[in-house]
Amino acid sequence: MSASPVYLDAATAAPMHPVARQALLAALDDGWADPGKLYTQARRARQLLDAAREATALTLGVRADEVSFTPSGTTAAHGAVLGGLTGRRRVGSTLVHSAIEHSAVLHAAERHVGAGGTATVVPVDRSGRLDLTAWSTAVRAPGVALAALITASHEVGTVQPVAEAAAACVDVGVPLYVDAAQSVGRVPVPAGWSVLTASAHKWGGPPGVGVLAVRKGVRWESPWPADERESGRTPGVVNLPAVVAAAASLRAAAADAAAEAARLAPLVDRVRERVAAEVPDVEVVGDPVLRLPHLVTFSCLYVDGEALLHALDRRGFAVSSGSSCTSSTLRPSHVLEAMGVLSHGNVRVSLHRETTEADVERFLTELPGIVAGLRAEAGVVGL
Amino acid sequence: MPDEVIDCRGQRCPLPVIAAARRMPEVPVGTVVRVLADDPAAAVDIPAWCRMRGQEFLGSVNGPDGPAYDVRRTH
Ligand SMILES: Cc1ncc(COP(=O)(O)O)c(C=O)c1O
Repeated sequence: MSASPVYLDAATAAPMHPVARQALLAALDDGWADPGKLYTQARRARQLLDAAREATALTLGVRADEVSFTPSGTTAAHGAVLGGLTGRRRVGSTLVHSAIEHSAVLHAAERHVGAGGTATVVPVDRSGRLDLTAWSTAVRAPGVALAALITASHEVGTVQPVAEAAAACVDVGVPLYVDAAQSVGRVPVPAGWSVLTASAHKWGGPPGVGVLAVRKGVRWESPWPADERESGRTPGVVNLPAVVAAAASLRAAAADAAAEAARLAPLVDRVRERVAAEVPDVEVVGDPVLRLPHLVTFSCLYVDGEALLHALDRRGFAVSSGSSCTSSTLRPSHVLEAMGVLSHGNVRVSLHRETTEADVERFLTELPGIVAGLRAEAGVVGL
Repeated sequence: MPDEVIDCRGQRCPLPVIAAARRMPEVPVGTVVRVLADDPAAAVDIPAWCRMRGQEFLGSVNGPDGPAYDVRRTH
């Protein structure tokens, strides 16, 4: 008998918000023309794009002309990092970033280092929270062009001290880029940043829409070949129907964010408590309090992460994992590594607006047996 | 120097950790066991296992046999 599906991987992609679906369908009819042209159809498309930008800017608390739409959160992050470095290349060539940035930021950093730049990696503690003392020292060093900090860890949910990190940057005139992909549409992002990126499919928008916001006066310069669209910040035509859907769903998600956080945070607390109590030899990771309301991660000793994902999938549960056997590179998650926590048998559960208490209960009821079954198969019971 | 060596080269995590966990109760308290493991996850998981189990992680060395991790049985 196949179990009914319970999708618990919102941190990868949240199910599309009904508002996104509606807006997408309407914009397919109305927003297919190129907003850059001068005829009637194009003017209609331009109006839709302008409205989407206004709405997104309002939610982010910035000006509309500070917002550009990109083809993904990944390209937004690449642009944020490389553009921030390019804009301040006369000041220096050092990028400061936390050890737990998303791979999009790390890969942009690798590109920078490969081209002769330097990167300073700032560690996190066992709970996955930035070492603020090390951060302040790193940004104060001569030649720092840009500092990058994820607002909250996409793998373990620990919220980062963005306001304090931003204050340290302001003191020394270094612009701060925040990757807010896991926060936007769910929790407020503290002020003080110069560049911000987000990703629509994390808040219930369609996949393939990113947001890049660059505050006025920030020395950011496009790292891409020239293109005048989107204020010259990201080349190529925007996927307008998807952008319209992204903006509409962001407004809806932001309006419900506080209520959703209040509903989901206790479910996350319940997962943390029950998993720790009912699954033997498990390490629940991430800060127990300073955390995202919808995301929780744990590692099961002696269990193969891939086997665990498959066993959960067979019971209808879709989750993610930072274990090495589940990554294409066969390396453990750099986030778990930076925290120094167990990396095998790792599961990330992330909730969304369709997640019910009954879904979480069923997961918690079935998990101990699934883990016990895998341990019995592997002959590791009682070790 | 380690008192004994467990060769887990070519094994993927969690196997090196399981091998260490199996061996530990069989050796006298105070014994230093070296785990040879080339799976990069071992660098994270062997120290984490020591912390969870209250065994002492002495450190890692990268010798001619590849990465190695020294663990002392403390209880
Ligand atoms: C923190 C963070 N940054 C960036 C991204 C990349 O976004 P996208 O999936 O839209 O490329 C993700 C999603 O994987 C993320 O979680």
